[in-house]
Amino acid sequence: MRALLAVLLSLLAPLALAHKPSDSYLALRAEGAQVAGQWDIALRDLDFAVGLDDNGDGNITWGEVKAHRADIAAYALARLRLTSGGADCPASATEHLIDDHSDGAYAVMRFTAACAGEIRTLEINYSLFADLDPQHKGLLRLEHGEGTRTAIFSPERAKQKFKLAEFSVLTQFLDYGREGVWHIWIGFDHILFLLSLLLPAVLARRGARWEAIGKFRPAFWDVFKIVTAFTVAHSITLSLAALSVISLPSRLVESAIAVSVVLAALNNVFPLVHGRRWMVAFAFGLIHGFGFAGVLRDLGLPQGALLLALVGFNLGVEVGQLAIVSAFLPAAYWLRASWFYRRLVFIGGSLAIAVVAGIWLIERAFNMKIITP
Amino acid sequence: MLCAAAHAAPYVPGDDAAVLERLPVRPGDPIARELLRLRADLAADPQNLDVALRLSQRYFELAGAEGDPRYVGYAEAALKPWWSLEDPPLEARVMRAIVNQYSHNFSAAMRDLDVAVRADSKNALAWSWRAAIHMVQADYPAARADCEALRGIENELGVVGCMAYVDSTTGRAANAHRALSEALARVARASADEKVWALTRLAEMSLRQGDTKRAEVHFRAALGLRVRDQFLLAAWADFLLDQNRPSEVVTLLKDWVRSDILLLRLALAEKVMGAAAADEHIQALTARFDSAALRGDKLHQQEEARFNLYLLGQKKKALALALENWKLQREPRDARILLEAALAMNDPAAAKEALAWINRSGHEDPEIRRTAEKLKALAP
Repeated sequence: MRALLAVLLSLLAPLALAHKPSDSYLALRAEGAQVAGQWDIALRDLDFAVGLDDNGDGNITWGEVKAHRADIAAYALARLRLTSGGADCPASATEHLIDDHSDGAYAVMRFTAACAGEIRTLEINYSLFADLDPQHKGLLRLEHGEGTRTAIFSPERAKQKFKLAEFSVLTQFLDYGREGVWHIWIGFDHILFLLSLLLPAVLARRGARWEAIGKFRPAFWDVFKIVTAFTVAHSITLSLAALSVISLPSRLVESAIAVSVVLAALNNVFPLVHGRRWMVAFAFGLIHGFGFAGVLRDLGLPQGALLLALVGFNLGVEVGQLAIVSAFLPAAYWLRASWFYRRLVFIGGSLAIAVVAGIWLIERAFNMKIITP
Repeated sequence: MLCAAAHAAPYVPGDDAAVLERLPVRPGDPIARELLRLRADLAADPQNLDVALRLSQRYFELAGAEGDPRYVGYAEAALKPWWSLEDPPLEARVMRAIVNQYSHNFSAAMRDLDVAVRADSKNALAWSWRAAIHMVQADYPAARADCEALRGIENELGVVGCMAYVDSTTGRAANAHRALSEALARVARASADEKVWALTRLAEMSLRQGDTKRAEVHFRAALGLRVRDQFLLAAWADFLLDQNRPSEVVTLLKDWVRSDILLLRLALAEKVMGAAAADEHIQALTARFDSAALRGDKLHQQEEARFNLYLLGQKKKALALALENWKLQREPRDARILLEAALAMNDPAAAKEALAWINRSGHEDPEIRRTAEKLKALAP
């Protein structure tokens, strides 16, 4: 008998979506540290989850819904986790209403959630009915300032993060700028590359020997040229990659960056190129730009404000670089004549950089873990 | 506040006794009691495959009877411990395939069914569902082979019904009708569900032979069995619409506004009659299709194409939807809406695949053939 039933059912299948599937409608409005919410959940779904039809007559009345207001709030709010800045924003129901949607009556619960501080990013973890009906979906409408966003939650996409700062052009610009500074600051490979090129700036090559430079001016211009060349080069490739004009595999890019550090550092110990180090900075800067683009890609570029984010990130990188240079140059100039600088920092430091970068190269090229940069 | 639910604002009902919602299954019903018991058993022992399968099966049947996709979700939830397993027990695998095909995940479903019939060549359920999916995909030789495999492992009505379904789609409606009516007469102990199914099929086969009188006799016999069956109601309503008898559709379906597919037929009838309720029902359908779009569903496209073509007059959108639908589903009614939308747009090239399907399958339905001829006449 079962197979006939199967044939029978199978022929119903294309028609079986006669009803709307189970959806809830979640509208959130974030302002300051507060989230105001309205959540429309089908009474039929709530009845299945918490049981509303107390007298068992197959009808759900307003009286029955009212009697279960606390159950509904506890059940639903336990399955909606709002987080901002790593801390929970506890929510509590403020009002219970009813609304008629195209497929029946919905319980409408209004609630507020209080976050610890100004909400910059709102993380939403939605698990309503995930255990009862994996095909249920939550349709989110999130408002912040002038902006509105929509998203769909399902068991496969239960946790989603929304950057509210993106709504404001200025905060968005500053955010990407901050990311740029942060990246150069924690991006040891970029710092070491730059340092390798800057270390000789306070020295001059006389025959086969390095000697301390006489005046600050030439040292400054040397650094200026190197930093500018590096900046121009990586800006070019960062933009091209971020705008998807060129795309290189990240393993190749990361390995090439490690090679650039090794070569720049070894060039100090066994000089091949000197005097025109800005050209080296330019050539390898092109590769480093692809590396920055990878970070930017991971951050996610906002549609509609692509250019803004790009410029912000790039400027952030420059600010970070300038901070490093302005700390380095005076100290190096001051120490340039000492044995400490010429032997230990310059030669010893360059060798150390070359070794570290060599290890990175092996790690990145062969996808293994030796040290954590 | 929400675009999906463009209606009046939320309110507080004035009366505690106000009925807000009617549950499709009353808590006291035998079905509800059985479901309740199975749910309790499964909650006590979630790893109990027998209970999980029974619950899943019950929900799936309910999904068919009520046309409510929620029950498919419940069926899936019951199978949770086995749902993502690489190698689940055979019966769980077959049930997973059934749930997957419902969401039009045909390739995932077919993978599971292939494994199932290889492991157990006498698994009638798996063979039946393979036949059903192959029919949706218009792979008739494969469907025929699946029906063939049912011989000896399934009762006569099942085997004959399966084969007749393939035959009636591929230009052999007369043979199919004869075989199925003989089988129905021979099988004395067929259940009401099975009789409704067979009679609806017989009506469909009669229509494909152009015999509307005999089709109506079959439809009325099926309706007389008083089984709650949306497919029967939809097929009967379509028949009445084709026969230009819209007032009977309105009488038949006025209490079925909850069901999208039946509401569509009701609105079609009301529009033909110029009834006042048509506007309200068209609005309700618009809201439901919008919600489906919002949740990212592509399961409604055949219905949505028909809605756009005949109720909104959006011919271009209708054709786009019918074409999109054809990629996923290739049953006669999918071909019909594609042909009709292409004809409305004077675009025979768009219907190329549906026209090729008629040639390949030899499908006989006179309505479909007439539309196809008009399209061919348009072609340069």
